[in-house]
Amino acid sequence: MKRLMNLRPSKQSLFFLGLLPFVLVALFYLGASEVRLAANPDDKLLPSMSSFAEAIDRMALTPSKRTGEYLFVEDTVSSLERLGLGVLISAVLALLMGIPLGFIPFVRAGLSPFVAAFSMVPPMAILPILFIIFGMGELAKVALIVIGVTPLIVRDLQQRVMEIPVEQLIKAQTLGGTSWSIVLRVVLPQIFPRLLDAVRLTMGTAWIFLISAEAISATEGLGYRIFLVRRYLSMDVILPYVAWITFLAFLFDYLLKRFTYKVFPWYDAGKEQS
Amino acid sequence: MKSIFKSTSKLLVAATLVMGFGASSLMAEVKDKFQVSWTIYVGWMPWDYAQQKGIIDKWAKKYGIEIEMVQVNDYIESINQYTAGKFDGCLMTNMDALTIPAAGGVDSTAVIMGDYSNGNDGILLKNKKNLTDIKGQTVNLVELSVSHYLLARALETVGMSEKDVKVLNTSDADMVAAWGTKDVTAMTTWNPQLSEIMAGNKDANLVFDSSKTPGEIIDMLVINTETLKDNPKLAKALTGAWFEVMALMKKGDEAALTFMAQASGTDLAGYKSQLDSTMMFYTPSDLLAFTTSAEIPATMKKVSEFSFEHGILGEGAPDAEFIGMAFPGGKTFGDPKNIKLRFDDTFVKMAAEGKL
Repeated sequence: MKRLMNLRPSKQSLFFLGLLPFVLVALFYLGASEVRLAANPDDKLLPSMSSFAEAIDRMALTPSKRTGEYLFVEDTVSSLERLGLGVLISAVLALLMGIPLGFIPFVRAGLSPFVAAFSMVPPMAILPILFIIFGMGELAKVALIVIGVTPLIVRDLQQRVMEIPVEQLIKAQTLGGTSWSIVLRVVLPQIFPRLLDAVRLTMGTAWIFLISAEAISATEGLGYRIFLVRRYLSMDVILPYVAWITFLAFLFDYLLKRFTYKVFPWYDAGKEQS
Repeated sequence: MKSIFKSTSKLLVAATLVMGFGASSLMAEVKDKFQVSWTIYVGWMPWDYAQQKGIIDKWAKKYGIEIEMVQVNDYIESINQYTAGKFDGCLMTNMDALTIPAAGGVDSTAVIMGDYSNGNDGILLKNKKNLTDIKGQTVNLVELSVSHYLLARALETVGMSEKDVKVLNTSDADMVAAWGTKDVTAMTTWNPQLSEIMAGNKDANLVFDSSKTPGEIIDMLVINTETLKDNPKLAKALTGAWFEVMALMKKGDEAALTFMAQASGTDLAGYKSQLDSTMMFYTPSDLLAFTTSAEIPATMKKVSEFSFEHGILGEGAPDAEFIGMAFPGGKTFGDPKNIKLRFDDTFVKMAAEGKL
C-alpha cells in the first residue's frame, strides 16, 4: 500500500507547491484590501496594488523634492552600510574571541561565564548608556548591531572549537605543532565555514537591531523610513519596504550559503554524510 | 490536486468574507458600547481620572450606554488604531487629526478641545541663548510631529526657514538620554521630557516655546463622525464627564490632582508645573468661546499648509486645501466636497447651557 509519507512530489508540482502559499497570501490580501477599500476608498491599512505602484514610483523612481536624491536608494545604501559594517565587526570580534575561548582552557575559565552573562543583556534596555558612550551618530547604530550580535557568534564559535575531535589536536601535537600553529593550521580552517554559518543565522537578529537603531535617531535608512511613515499609517510605503528588506535578507543568506559551498566544498559534503 | 484547489479557494472566500464583516463593523450603526483610546499626557489625565473614579460610567449610564477608555502606550499607535476603525474615539492633537485620520479618509469630529499647549512644547539650545543661534545646527526632534511644526513656526518668527537647519528624527522616549550626548546641540520636544532636560542640565536654554504661538497645538477628543451622527449620546456622556472633572480641577482638588499626577508617573508638584504650561479650559463657557473663535480656522489653515509642504496630507493632495474642514457657524476651509475634519460646538454649548 502506498503511504502518504512515501509519496514524492514531481519536479513540476515541487515548483507549484512552493509557489502556492505565496499566491494564497497575495489573493487573501487582495480580497481583504478590496473589502476595506470598498468601505472607505481612502483607507490606508491595506492599500491597493496601484497605490503600491505609486508609492514605489515616488520613493524609488522620482528624486525627492527636498534633497533631489532617490530616497529608496539612499535608504538602502545607508542601511546596508550600517548592517555590513556591524556584521563584519561582529564576525571579526567573534573570531578573535571564539577561538581562544574554545581552544585555551585558561581563557575559557576566565571569560566564558562573563561572555555567557553578557550575551543575556538586552541591548535595547541599556540604549541610553550606549548613546552616552557612542553618541547619537553612525557609531551608535553600528555599535548596537555589534553588541547585539557578537555574543551570539562568540558562543557558537566557542562550541564549534570545542567540538573539534581531540584526536586531531593530539596528532598535530605529535607532529610538533605549537598552540599557535595548531590554531592557524587546524582550528582556523575548520572554524571558518562555521563562522559563516553563524553569521547567516544571526543575520535576522542583526536586521532587528539595525531597524531598532534607525527608529531611534536617524535621517535616512530603511528602518528610519518605516518608522517615519508609520506615523501616518502609510502602509503603501511600509509594505514594499518590508518586502525589500525580506528580499535583501534572503539574498544575503543565499549568497553566504553559496560562498561557503564554493570555498569550502568539504564542509557541505561532510554535513550530508552525518 | 484539483480538489485541493477547490477547497482552498472556498477557504479563501470564507476568510475574505470574515475580513469583510470585520471591516463592515466600521459602518456606523446605533450601538450601546463604545471604546475611546487615550495616551498619557498632562491634558488627558482627567479622562483617566474620570474612568477610574466611575465618572464616565455614571454619565454613560445616564444615557444608557457603556464607554470604555482604553489606554494605549504609543501615541501614534493609538491614532492609527482609531483610524483603522478599532476605536470610536481617540485623544489627539489638531495636527495629527488632520494628517492621520482625515488624510486617511476617516471623517472625524473634534468634540472637546480640552486644552492647548502654552509652553508644553519648546526648542532647546545647548550653551546658546538666542533662537537665531540655531542657524546651521542639527535639531533633534520627532519628525512630522507638532515639534516639527513648532520649529517651522519658530524659524518663521526670526525670518529663517527649515533650510537653515538640519532635522534629525529622534524618538521621543530617547530625548532625555540624547541631550546628554556630545553631538546633540539643539532639540525640539515636549513635556515631560522638556522640563526633565531643563531641570537636569545647566547647558539647556529654552529659546522658544509654544506660549509664543498660543492656541496652535490643541489637544482634543475626536469621535468618528458617522458614529457620532448615529450616537450623539456618546458625545453627551463624554462631555458631561469631562466638565465634572474640570470643575474638580478648577477648585484645585488635591486628591484628584494627585491621582492624575501619579497615573502619569510624576508627583503633585511635577504635574502642577506641567499644568502651568497647559492652557486648560475649565468651564464650558471658556471652551465655547475658544471653539467658536476665529483663531481655530486660522490655525488650521497654517497647520494644513505646513502638512502639505511636508507631504503628510495624504496621497494625491494637490494643494493645502485638499482636505476640507468645517468649523462652528457653518464656516469651512478647503474643499467643501471632501470635508474630513469637523470642529463641533454642539456639545460644549449644551454643557454651557446646562442641558446635559
